[in-house]
Amino acid sequence: MVEYKDGKKILTTPISAEDLAGIKIGDIIYLSGSLTTCRDVAHRRVVEEGREIPVDVRNNAILHAGPIIRPLENDKFEMVSVGPTTSMRMEKFEYEFVKTTGVRVIVGKGGMKEQTAAACKDFGCIHAVIPAGNAVVAAVAVEEIVRAEWRDLGMPETLWNCRVKEFGPLIVSIDAQGRNYFEEKKIEYNKKKDEQVELISRQVGFIK
Amino acid sequence: MTYEEQVQKMTEMMAKFVGHTGKKLPDDVIAKLEELREKEDSPLATVIYDTMFRNQELAVKLDRPSCQDTGVLQFWVKCGTRFPLIDKLESLLKEAVVKATFETPLRHNSVETFDEYNTGKNVGKGTPTVWWDIVPNSDKCEIYTYMAGGGCTLPGNATVLMPGEGYEGVTKFVLDRMTSYGLNACPPLLVGVGVATSVETAALLSKKALMRPIGSHNPNERAAKMEKLLEDGINSIGIGPQGMGGKYTVMGVNIENTARHPSAIGVAVNVGCWSHRRGHIIFDKDLNYEITTHSGVKL
Repeated sequence: MVEYKDGKKILTTPISAEDLAGIKIGDIIYLSGSLTTCRDVAHRRVVEEGREIPVDVRNNAILHAGPIIRPLENDKFEMVSVGPTTSMRMEKFEYEFVKTTGVRVIVGKGGMKEQTAAACKDFGCIHAVIPAGNAVVAAVAVEEIVRAEWRDLGMPETLWNCRVKEFGPLIVSIDAQGRNYFEEKKIEYNKKKDEQVELISRQVGFIK
Repeated sequence: MTYEEQVQKMTEMMAKFVGHTGKKLPDDVIAKLEELREKEDSPLATVIYDTMFRNQELAVKLDRPSCQDTGVLQFWVKCGTRFPLIDKLESLLKEAVVKATFETPLRHNSVETFDEYNTGKNVGKGTPTVWWDIVPNSDKCEIYTYMAGGGCTLPGNATVLMPGEGYEGVTKFVLDRMTSYGLNACPPLLVGVGVATSVETAALLSKKALMRPIGSHNPNERAAKMEKLLEDGINSIGIGPQGMGGKYTVMGVNIENTARHPSAIGVAVNVGCWSHRRGHIIFDKDLNYEITTHSGVKL
């Protein structure tokens, strides 16, 4: 479901492909509902080992992150700090992961490449970044850690299934049309870099 | 105080200081981020800076690490030969990290290589990293602390250039790293560059360069000029906060240098993220301390 509140565009799980249709790269959105941390080894288990993911992420969201968790009583946990990790590490697995799990929103850090963009286009999904290094802003948007699965992977890699409220800001980096913000920007950056290398090189001929 | 009590006291103070640096940024970093925030006007850059400042406020208010990746702890010590606790320094720093890991809390970031398991204590073989500079005839001990997060460790690179490649080659080496890995390293970055004689001398200098205050300059006029050229050059690429575009990509470029072999230019680059968790504390022989990076801290 998509709704607007106090000028914020909020996606609430469960999310449909239609909900994502009006969202474009560079848009700022917020997420409410089910968000599960999921990173390297969990992707490997789903894609390479063919194991069924123990938290249903279909029409929900995942977060590439390894949080700091504080255990509470009665098998409950508190989210102390959580922030995104480099999404590119999951690029290798993401097409199959989206296809298998039906996840709609992937939150992480930095860009991803062709395989993820193809998955977003083929299956109706988006990738968004939450400004990294802002672990407390992200943690206070976690209302409850509902479940913890694959705990054998240790604190950073466990699937922490969270109920979040207005988690964000999330900046859309790949939209469901498959457009890729970072890849488009990189062309611009590399062109400017070549110009600057030339410009600086003319001024640092110290070896004569 | 007995010797053991002194060791205990310094361990506790270092654990507290390390914990504090994970929750509050150094004064120079905060000032620079405030300056850069004012100069950006795009909607994305604005929302990113607003989030960053809200996060730093919440971290202090809720007494939590501001970034979940509290890094591998690295210490650069400049220890006087007559500092009373010199023999215990390395072991007490390790103990301080374990203590800080549970008290702060810090993330468990020490994975033993080859055996490939997380020690769960944030220390392991050779971690925390301790670099020693021995200072003759001094009874003081100066310690730089640094939380080396994964994201900003990744762009690190070192090579040896042929003299024919010159400082033009150094420029290309540094700028290439910014567009390939810099985007993901949480800009605005502090960029450390080492120019020396081999990979390891350049690499160590590139990290020590990150300990220098933002806005400081290399005492060599040409090196200082190159710092400014690289700073302006990287900013002109337009990577901006979080790599999403903006006018300012770096908080500064610090170059450290040594002489070199006539046939080689060792060069290395290391970056610190916007959440540049660097601390600096100086102890005298009685464990009175001065903190230069963070104002208003009582240990």
